[in-house]
Amino acid sequence: MILTKLAYKSLLNRRASVLLTLFTIAISVMLLLSIERIRVDAKTSFSNTISGTDLIVGARTGDIQLLLSSVFRIGYANNGVSWQSYQYIAAQRGVKWSIPISLGDSHKGQAVLGTSRDYFTHYRFGKKQTLSFQQGHAFEHLNQVVLGSDVASRLGYTLGDNIVISHGMGNTSFHHHKDNPFTVIGILNATGTPVDKTLHIPLAAIDLIHGGSHSANNEHDEHNNLIGEPSQITAFLMGFDSPLYTLQIRRNINQYKKEPLLAIMPTVTLKELWQMLAIVEKVLLLFSGVVILVSLLGMLTTLLANLNQRRRELAILRSVGARPWQLFTLISMESLFTTLLGCLVGCGLYYGVMLISSSYLQSHAGISVNIAMLSYYELTLIGVIMAAGFIIGLIPATRAYFYSLSDGMSIKT
Amino acid sequence: MIELDNVTFKWHKNDAKPTLNIPTLRIDKGEHIFLHGPSGVGKSTLLALLAGINTPSSGNIRILNRDLNTLSNTQRDVFRAENIGYIFQNFNLLPYLTPIENVTLGCEFSKSRKQKALQQTAEPKPSLQNEAIRLLTALGLSESYHSKDVASLSIGQQQRVAAARAFIGSPELIIADEPTSALDTANRENFIKLLFEQAKRANSTLVFVSHDETLKPLFNRAISLVSLQEQL
Repeated sequence: MILTKLAYKSLLNRRASVLLTLFTIAISVMLLLSIERIRVDAKTSFSNTISGTDLIVGARTGDIQLLLSSVFRIGYANNGVSWQSYQYIAAQRGVKWSIPISLGDSHKGQAVLGTSRDYFTHYRFGKKQTLSFQQGHAFEHLNQVVLGSDVASRLGYTLGDNIVISHGMGNTSFHHHKDNPFTVIGILNATGTPVDKTLHIPLAAIDLIHGGSHSANNEHDEHNNLIGEPSQITAFLMGFDSPLYTLQIRRNINQYKKEPLLAIMPTVTLKELWQMLAIVEKVLLLFSGVVILVSLLGMLTTLLANLNQRRRELAILRSVGARPWQLFTLISMESLFTTLLGCLVGCGLYYGVMLISSSYLQSHAGISVNIAMLSYYELTLIGVIMAAGFIIGLIPATRAYFYSLSDGMSIKT
Repeated sequence: MIELDNVTFKWHKNDAKPTLNIPTLRIDKGEHIFLHGPSGVGKSTLLALLAGINTPSSGNIRILNRDLNTLSNTQRDVFRAENIGYIFQNFNLLPYLTPIENVTLGCEFSKSRKQKALQQTAEPKPSLQNEAIRLLTALGLSESYHSKDVASLSIGQQQRVAAARAFIGSPELIIADEPTSALDTANRENFIKLLFEQAKRANSTLVFVSHDETLKPLFNRAISLVSLQEQL
């Protein structure tokens, strides 16, 4: 009891250095937890990007390159798939649905995707969720566009706005298709996937902005033209009646004679991609480990430096009857208390940072951060830090134990 | 009460001459001893031996019929905490505790000191707090200072707190190591009288160390450390 009181009063007396130590620990705990949470959530967001699609088919290139260009809108597909091949493969037995996609254009830096109305019924993400509309509905005419939620909120578009699509990627395309404005007809709900950053237009409209001759106001055949017959598309997604067909169809497509094609299973390729990113993941983890180590060493330095200044204080306690083991308890209690409080403050800071940055992470990195109770794993991490702090506190405590009374008494100040 | 026989003390084993060499010394219970000698003659060393902080290189020290040589470190710690009140030259107060907390500190580490301290206070009700207040007041620290920051007290006031801490729980032996060196003559005598009062009340033996021989007449017995060592 008296030891707790002494520890408390002594800490209060040295609050400046104690606070510094405490904040070092708090900040490292916050860093560790944040990095961990972002790492876990990035992985989840990543593997949730697409689901329910059995095969993605594109021109022959690398597996990961095809996945990046078709799902993440990263990179550029050099070649396309001819419309005939698509038609042929999509008509095969066992194919439940197919979605043609055509990429390569942009609007103010956001990707433009030409597709069919099937996209809005068959495309799935996360836990096999379908896309849903926040406002409006799917396009029905050639000059209509459906926006991802981020595009709408960031560029401030609402239903009925007119948008000009530029040819090529990037903000600064020279060639704007001013003669072909699109009207916003629908805005999708947020998905936490690249869909949020995409403008969806009818497949046929892609050819149109690339200099197709027929007018978008050509009312009489617009229903056919909504998909139209473009010469080629970038890729197409397929779902089968049974996933058992996947391997066989994949082999057939990869051996397709008329055109060099590549079919990938998105879930498998996503995993491969994540394994490539695992190095980044490990580096992050390493960094936070080093941060913790540094802060604990900082605590040890402070504790040992303080101990030298406190020799007299400890000798006084010995002279009024405190035993060596009581000094040992006192010092280790202080370091345990500092670490405990550091961890608590660190958790507080962590939640603060997550609350502030979650919307930024969602909109800029596409990582939907899950603000929840600390997971078992995170609690284990904190436990490890506490244990390390306690063990480090034993070093000065042991030194205090062996300070002899006459040592401390001979210090005259 | 205190018996020293052929006690020598060397700081290091290989020192040629011992720092302290006392053939014999007897102090009876309840005596107020003035122990004097010039600086460097070994006053503090002797006190450290009496308090069991250090052990003699040879010879015997018996205090309260206990042979200090035969006690283990831990037993000496307990013995010191229960039976000896020590007033240090530099007071050694804990700066982050109030005067009252400083005074009661020793009782928190020794049950017998605590019990005796509680027996000393009858009114208003027995508590360590009240005993500390009684001692501080008796030693001349007015109550408005009892809960102040120790660091804000003057030297004279800190000294009274240190004395009260030594006296609480009525230890058998009070050792005072030059506690008056920072005071002027008038305050010195006044303070020593207050010490005597409390020593009588607690029935404690008082060993008071100083190099200032003008204080000598106040005590009933004076021992010169120089002549003590010349007995050989």
